[in-house]
Amino acid sequence: MWDYTDKVKEHFLNPRNVGEITDADAVGEVGSLACGDALKLFIKLDENKERIVDAKFQTFGCGSAIASSSALTEMVKGKTLDEALEITNQQIADFLGGLPEEKMHCSVMGQEALEAAIAKYRGVEAPAHGHGHDHVESEGELVCKCFGLTDVFLKKVIASNKLHTAEQVTHFTKAGGACGGCIPKIKELIAEVMGEEKKAAAEKPSKLTNLRKMQLIQETLENEVRPQLWADGGDLELIDIDGSTVQVAFRKACAGCASSGYTAKFVEQKLRELVSPDITVQEVQG
Amino acid sequence: MREIYLDNNATTKVDERVFEEMRPYFCELYGNPSSMHFFGGQVQKKVDEARARVASLLGALPDEIVFTACGTESDNAAIRSALEVFPEKRHIITSRVEHPAVLTQCRNLTKRGYRVTELNVDGNGQLDLNELERALDDDTAIVSLMYANNETGVIFPIEEAARIVKKKGAIFHTDAVQAVGKIPLNMAESAIDMLSLSGHKLHAPKGVGVLFVRRGTPFRPLLVGGHQERGRRAGTENTASIIAMGKACQLAEQYMAEEAGRVREMRDRLERELTALIPNTRINGGGTDRLPNTLSIAMEFVEGEGILLLLSEKGICASSGSACTSGSLEPSHVLRAMGVPFTCAHGSIRFSLSRFTTDDDIDAVIKELPPIIIRLREMSPFGREYLVQK
Repeated sequence: MWDYTDKVKEHFLNPRNVGEITDADAVGEVGSLACGDALKLFIKLDENKERIVDAKFQTFGCGSAIASSSALTEMVKGKTLDEALEITNQQIADFLGGLPEEKMHCSVMGQEALEAAIAKYRGVEAPAHGHGHDHVESEGELVCKCFGLTDVFLKKVIASNKLHTAEQVTHFTKAGGACGGCIPKIKELIAEVMGEEKKAAAEKPSKLTNLRKMQLIQETLENEVRPQLWADGGDLELIDIDGSTVQVAFRKACAGCASSGYTAKFVEQKLRELVSPDITVQEVQG
Repeated sequence: MREIYLDNNATTKVDERVFEEMRPYFCELYGNPSSMHFFGGQVQKKVDEARARVASLLGALPDEIVFTACGTESDNAAIRSALEVFPEKRHIITSRVEHPAVLTQCRNLTKRGYRVTELNVDGNGQLDLNELERALDDDTAIVSLMYANNETGVIFPIEEAARIVKKKGAIFHTDAVQAVGKIPLNMAESAIDMLSLSGHKLHAPKGVGVLFVRRGTPFRPLLVGGHQERGRRAGTENTASIIAMGKACQLAEQYMAEEAGRVREMRDRLERELTALIPNTRINGGGTDRLPNTLSIAMEFVEGEGILLLLSEKGICASSGSACTSGSLEPSHVLRAMGVPFTCAHGSIRFSLSRFTTDDDIDAVIKELPPIIIRLREMSPFGREYLVQK
């Protein structure tokens, strides 16, 4: 049984704002029957068309999808459209006291429906979501064919939720959760997003204090290097950082592996690329 | 809140009579059956009695019964054994709707160079024996097909399948975890080589299973060590649970015919009333042989997890083939293999009855489920479109 918070249960059992608004100013729809969940969001604005005075929803989906929809309608009321657009999927989850990670895609669906509704009202191009087979024509390249999700949408969710494994991307978007064929592509997207972030951070190298540098080295080893070693049954441990010299010890299949010299080079290359070009990596026995 | 327990294909209540039978073997009669002294010897006698009781239910011989720790172990042991017995054979046949205990193992074996054929099922979840015949070749080491499906209750024509397989010289195994105790089996007049069962599906406790291994069937143990179970399953016997298993099988043999009739009547009434009260439903596997205790009903435009949570609020315990309850994102592999339309694959609920199910339990579901479906359909964007069309 899912470990739903009391607030999720309460919003599922007594959902707020279920129904339609017949003279809605904006309607956003995401998902489909085939996908297993779908949300139709109705928004009514005040006379000056500034603030949201009413919101209602119809949802097909599991308990957390219904609770997320209910939470979303409560959160947007009283907000201007610009303020509403600031709502993140994490805020929807937080409003409910958190969601199991496997269910985070329910909160993402809420945020998508809100964006779709506002974009439609403003007459602009639908945002780069791809949730549901109805939206495959939206911007970007189709990555997950099972759930109809584009690279633009996935990169946005990866960046805003700081996701770093393909499994997390599945939990947040469903991508890769059916046939699994797109998981290699998802890993590439994660690497791309991380690379872009690191590049943005690296643009001001003067700000790289020793402390920050050590943090970055640790993060890079955790997120970029070790997962790749795990895939081959190996691992490494960070032993020490002395200025620009990083000492690591290889573990499991990497320990005593004939290609550990090559592996050390790979670690060095990653650290040079993502942290600082002057880093050298030393293999130590530890 | 009184629980209305209709999830007996997941696990069953330990029968009080079974519990009484096993109770002394924890604190009082705790001897090791392998010991030379009287204290262990008296436990050995009870284990032998349990073996005879299990054998009697299956129409088998006592020395064909190997006690294991669960149905999954029995399935693993059967498949591994066949592959060791025929090291030169690299082909396995199973079906797309097997329990993960079989399917996951077979799929893992493909990574070690085995060829695995997963037989398809039709819209009723039924096998095509011609497909089995075509898939068999001289390279086939083992065919493993379930006796009855845990999600739909669909019963495969296992005896016919076993005869086809034996003609080709492969070993035939069946996972009969859901069938044993619900429908009669007779190994004395069967071509089945190996058969798995599980205690906790027939009112014995969790943590005990059986593998039937026909006399003359070559066998290699999964667990090696001591000489227990005639060298076919090492490890000190789980005496209390084995004794419980024996009692559970004895009760099943005594009461199966009468119970199956009563359970089937309740299941049929539930099916009749629900399909009459809830529009746009279909019965998964409704057009073929099914276990008397299982009802898998698919309801359009609703999602299973919501149904289960709302039923649970009323004390009703059922299960679903929906994606959201299992943590996966697709409907169950069984429903997909059957080609259940996507409009209702997410809204399939399984009710599974037992000897402890009462008419009051069935009445409660008939009363509570229809308003839950109306409520969820009214909340669903598709349900509304459908209702407006109507």
